[in-house]
Parts: sequence; C-alpha cells; structure tokens
Amino acid sequence: MTANLRFEPIRLPPGCETLRAQVRAFLAEEIAAGTFDPHRPGYGDSQNRAFSQRIGAKGWIGMTWPKKYGGHERSFLERYVVTEEFRVANAPVRSHFVADRQSGPILLKYAPEHVKMDILPRICRGELCFVIGMSEAGSGSDLFAAKAKAKKVAGGWRLTGSKLWTSNAHIADYMLGLFRTSPPSKENRRHGLTQFLVDMKATGITVSPVIQMTGQHDFNEVVFDDAFVPDDYVMGEIDGAWKQAISELAYERSGPERFLETFYVLLELIRALGPEPDTRSAEGLGRLVAQLHTLRRMSVSVAGMLQAGHEPVVEASIVKDLGTIWEQKLPHRVRELAAFLAPDATNRTSLEEQLAFAITVAPKLTIQGGTTEILRGIIARGLGLR
Amino acid sequence: MAAKSDHIVAEIAARILGDLADPQTVNRARDDRWRENLWQAFTDAGLPLAWVPEKLGGSDATLADGFAILGLAGRFALAVPLAETMGAGWLLARAGLSAPSGPMTIAPARPHDRVELSQDGTLSGTVFAVPFAENSQHIAVLVEGNKGTAIALVKTSSCQLSKGCNLAGDAANGVTFGRVKPLLMAPAPAGFDRSSLMLMGATIRSVQSAGALETLLSLSIAYANERVAFERPIAKFQAVQQNLAKLAGEVAAALAAAGSAADAIAQAGAFDDAVMLEAASAKIRCAEAAAEGSAIAHQVFGAIGFTKEHVLHRFTLRALSWRDEFGNESYWAAELGKQIAGRGADEFWRLVASR
Repeated sequence: MTANLRFEPIRLPPGCETLRAQVRAFLAEEIAAGTFDPHRPGYGDSQNRAFSQRIGAKGWIGMTWPKKYGGHERSFLERYVVTEEFRVANAPVRSHFVADRQSGPILLKYAPEHVKMDILPRICRGELCFVIGMSEAGSGSDLFAAKAKAKKVAGGWRLTGSKLWTSNAHIADYMLGLFRTSPPSKENRRHGLTQFLVDMKATGITVSPVIQMTGQHDFNEVVFDDAFVPDDYVMGEIDGAWKQAISELAYERSGPERFLETFYVLLELIRALGPEPDTRSAEGLGRLVAQLHTLRRMSVSVAGMLQAGHEPVVEASIVKDLGTIWEQKLPHRVRELAAFLAPDATNRTSLEEQLAFAITVAPKLTIQGGTTEILRGIIARGLGLR
Repeated sequence: MAAKSDHIVAEIAARILGDLADPQTVNRARDDRWRENLWQAFTDAGLPLAWVPEKLGGSDATLADGFAILGLAGRFALAVPLAETMGAGWLLARAGLSAPSGPMTIAPARPHDRVELSQDGTLSGTVFAVPFAENSQHIAVLVEGNKGTAIALVKTSSCQLSKGCNLAGDAANGVTFGRVKPLLMAPAPAGFDRSSLMLMGATIRSVQSAGALETLLSLSIAYANERVAFERPIAKFQAVQQNLAKLAGEVAAALAAAGSAADAIAQAGAFDDAVMLEAASAKIRCAEAAAEGSAIAHQVFGAIGFTKEHVLHRFTLRALSWRDEFGNESYWAAELGKQIAGRGADEFWRLVASR
C-alpha cells in the first residue's frame, strides 16, 4: 500500500565542488568586468552571445553530450551545478540555454549524423541560439491542435502557418518546431504532427515582436510562408511527434531554473533584515528557506535519477509544479515580510526595485513550459487516475 | 538478534508490521492484545534497540537502517512507542549508557522544556507532552546542570505523570521529576545539547510523517478510483485529479525533505549548521505537508473518512500530531530564520548549495 514516488537523497559527488568553485570564479570575473549585474535582474540584455561563447569555451554547454559532437561527457549532476550557479547569479544565458537544455538532446536523439556533426559542436561553443516552435494562436497547452503545416515537396518540406509566444525567435538561428504533416486520425487525435529543425535564415520566415507586460521583448510571432526545410531536418518519426514528447519532459521540467527564477528577492530580503531579525521575520524567512531547500533536494534527486538512466516523468512534473508555484509566490511573501522594515534599511530601494520586477514576472512562471493544470494532469495520469 | 544489513532490517520490520500492525485490524481491535504481540515481535527482532551498539545491549543497526524502520512505522501509523524507544536508546548511547529492555521514551520532547540536575545528583522539573510516557518503563532524559549537559536513565514509575494524549489518542503525558534519582547518568558528549536532541527528534518525526503521508496518498488514490458518483469513479473528475496531484506534491516534498534530513544525520559527525538546515527544513516542510495533505485526503473520502470505523484518521491525526513534538514548524522556522540571517546573505546560497 505504497505510492511509487521516489526522491532518494542524492548528494552531488565531490568533484562537483571543484567545478562549482570554477564556475563561481568565472562569474566573479565576468561581474567584475561588467558583463552583467547580479543584483539587477531584468535590466540589460538577458542574452549575450559573446558571454555564451566564453561559457562554451569553458566546456559548460553540452556538458553531458558525447565528445565527438563537441560535448564533454560529464554527468547530469555536474550540469546541475553549472545551471544553478548561473541562475543564482542572474547571468544572461538566454542565448544558449534552450539549446543546451532541450534542443541539443533532441538533435542527439533524432538528427542524422551529418546534421549532428554540423550543429551540435556549434551549440557547445555557444554560437547558436534555439527557439521552440510549439504554441500557436489556437494551440497552447493543447499542443495537438497545432495547425501550422508542412507539405511534402521534392527533397524536403514547405512550411506554412504561424507560431506564437516563441521566446528568442528574434535572435535564434534555429527552431525546433511542430508542424502538421497529416490530419489527426479518428483513433488518435495526437497523430499527424512532425518535429522539424528549421533554419531561421531560410526565405519565407518573418519574425515580429510581441512585447510582454514587463516591457521586455521575449515573445514573437513567427510566420512561415512556404519556407523550405530539407528532408534531413525531419526529427524522428513523421506524424509521430507525440511519441517523442513525453520522455523529454523530465529534462525540461525539473531543473533549478524551475524554482530559482525569483531567488534574488529572497537574498535581498536577508540583506534587508540584517543579522538579528524579529520573530515574525525570522519565522517567515525560515519557512521560505525550508521550502527552497526541499525543492532543491527534490530537483537534485531527479537529476540523479536522470543520471541513472531513469525517466522520472511524474517526479519531474511534481518538481516543476511545486517549484513554479513557490517561485511565483516568493516575491509576494517577501513583500509581506518586508512590510515592517525600518524606512532607512540600506538596501530598501534595491529590494523594492527587485520586488517590482519579480511581481510583474511572476504570472508567467506557472504558464511557460507546461502550465500548472497540464502538469497536474500528467501527475494524475502517473498516479493511475486517468 | 542483531540484524545489520540495509535491506534485511527494513524487510523484517515490514513483515512484522504487515503481520501484526495492519491498520484495519488495529482499528477494529477491542483490547490491547495486539500491542503485546507486536511489541514481542519487535523485541525478538531487536528493533526497539536498533540504534544501540551491541556492547550496550542493542542490535547495532545503522542510523540509515533505523530511519528506514521508522519510515515503515509511519506508513502503518504505528501506535506503539517504537520510535520513542529507538530514540531513547540512541540518546543513552551518546553518553555510553546501556539501554534496558522494554518500552522507553524521551524527555524533554518540547524545545523549551528543561530537566534540571541538582548538586546532589537528583533531577527536577516538569516537561510537557512526553509521547507514550505512561506506556514506558524507562525515560531517557537530557538534563542540564551547572556542570553542563548530561544524559540519564530514569524509571518512569519514579516520576509523576499527568493524563494526556495527542490528537490521535496516543498517550502524551506531562512528566514531573521531583528530585528523582536516576538509575544511570553520564555527561553528554562535547557539543551535544538540547538542540541536538530536538534536531534528532524532529527528524524522527519527519520520517514518520512522510511515511504516513505516503499511505494517505495510496489510500486516497485507491478510494478515488473505486468510489462512484455521477455515474463514474470520482478519479475521473478533473477537480479531484488536481487535488490528488497536489497531495502527491506534498507527499513528495515530505519524503524528499525527511529522507534528506535522515541521510544528513546518518552521514554527519555533529549537529552543525548543515544538519540544522536539513532537520529544521524537514520538520517545517513535513508539517506543512501534513496539514495540506490531510485536508485533501479527507476531502477525497468525504463522510466515510470522518468516521471512527475508517482507518483514515489513524494517518491524518498522527501526521498532524507529530507536527507538535520536538519543535513545531513555527519554532523551527524562527530558529532557522535566525541562523540564516545571522550568517548573512552572502553565506546563504553557499549553505543551501552545500547540501
């Protein structure tokens, strides 16, 4: 009479601490050189290709991939350390992060050898930015309602239609997108979609900005007007993309970026409270620390399962569900705890600036990469409820 | 009777619990015979003194094995003082004291309670809500005097007990030490104090709670798949699915936090800042999960889950009660918050990332 949830207390192996020290030293140098300001999230560019290339030169992109594709054959736990240190420092990793986290692994699994040899080493060097082309105006959580089409022609496919909410499309070199190659079948409404690698420089592709409520430009609309994709850019089974989707979720959903997005406000709160907080503040802070520590231990545990070759889809979805709700509530909780701060607290301005940004960003955290509702549906399925 | 290797100890515990502590059977029992049979089986297998070295009369299991036993005990919402006896044996062993046979408990069980050691070697003071005190033969006591902290073994019958029980009806007694002469006493090891005992107690309770929550989830899933309303199993309703997914999240958090704290204590040489982060976090997070998780489980079961006859309360009420022993979540949150603030913002991430 036990549920099958497993979160073993995985510890990062000793080598990880050397790596962590290297990453911290690198970040300290970059901060000193003015590449970014760790205390001002949301200001300046969140993408910086020259910075990504310096990260690539350190060997911290494609860390777990085979060496012959430019990777470094290191463990998921080592990649975990690098990811969390960059995130906590608010370093601008947008240029390479999607490629490193999910596009690269898809190419590794489904691309023909010569495509892998062409693209993966460039990702590892920090030279390429990827965009995910899944959502459309009429297809968000319901991925299988996608209408953008791929039509077979000699030597390849022609794409028509549009993708929406495509983060980074305006700076991306390649898209991994879902396109309809057949109508859904009667037995399976998920049938008929195929995953394509798309060169964003191809003719017939127009990218227009969709500005977010934070004032940032992240989203875009991408319109395809008969854009050509060669046959060897088909990723996996034609009409069978739905079979490929599930196992990739564990990689995307459980990382430290799923609960550290607003971490800076907690750090700033600790600074503002000083060394001897009153009981109310201490209790509030302690709870947040306990929740954060727990989320991190869950997330490390999933990284350990991935390293061991498992596909912990339910556990990963749980981490993202709890993690995104936590990071969404965090700025609101910090705001409450900061309500009675002395008016002359030294970092008050900085805290208020960060809170304003975090509270504005917060609504998207439980939407991107799988909404709360979708995640809970996946968890419910894993529990045997549907 | 020593049972040492990892899986064997847990397997033995699982078999005994399955045979003699089935929640349904226990819930229907009209007398206490099941307690005697169960305790005898535990004793025969060396489980109550699992954390006591052989030379002190125990079966010398590892801390990790012991926590595995307690996780299982939590899954059965065990209502005999196994955790308390194991913890008491462990406490006595800190000071090199042998453990007696029979059920024991630990005092104090609340962070602000103190037992004083007088010049004449007797113990004085009143401590509250000592779990299973009236069912115990001995109490392992952490005592504080002019010369520092000591650990003592006391006969329960030499103390005054007041009536009391926790939410689930398990005994929890006030214990008054009126110049009680201990059977055994020795100084606690350097650095071991009341806070160390509370961290260990908190972790024991967290591991038990996580176990109870695991069963809550299993019971709730099974019931949702079986109970029909509006002509289909209630598991098919999205609102119910969302609730159960939330319950799974709480159970997962409790398991991860408690498992991590138990591992931290098993690996650590001392009750340092890292163990504090782990054990306090586990107690806080498991308490939050107990509150949220119990509410969801009861919601799934509806009226039948609110009856004496149903086993659900055995799990929900114990998980809720265990929040209060060895420091409740508010206490630990304030302690942890003070520690983190004292170390300062620049040290915060370093500590979290070191785990």
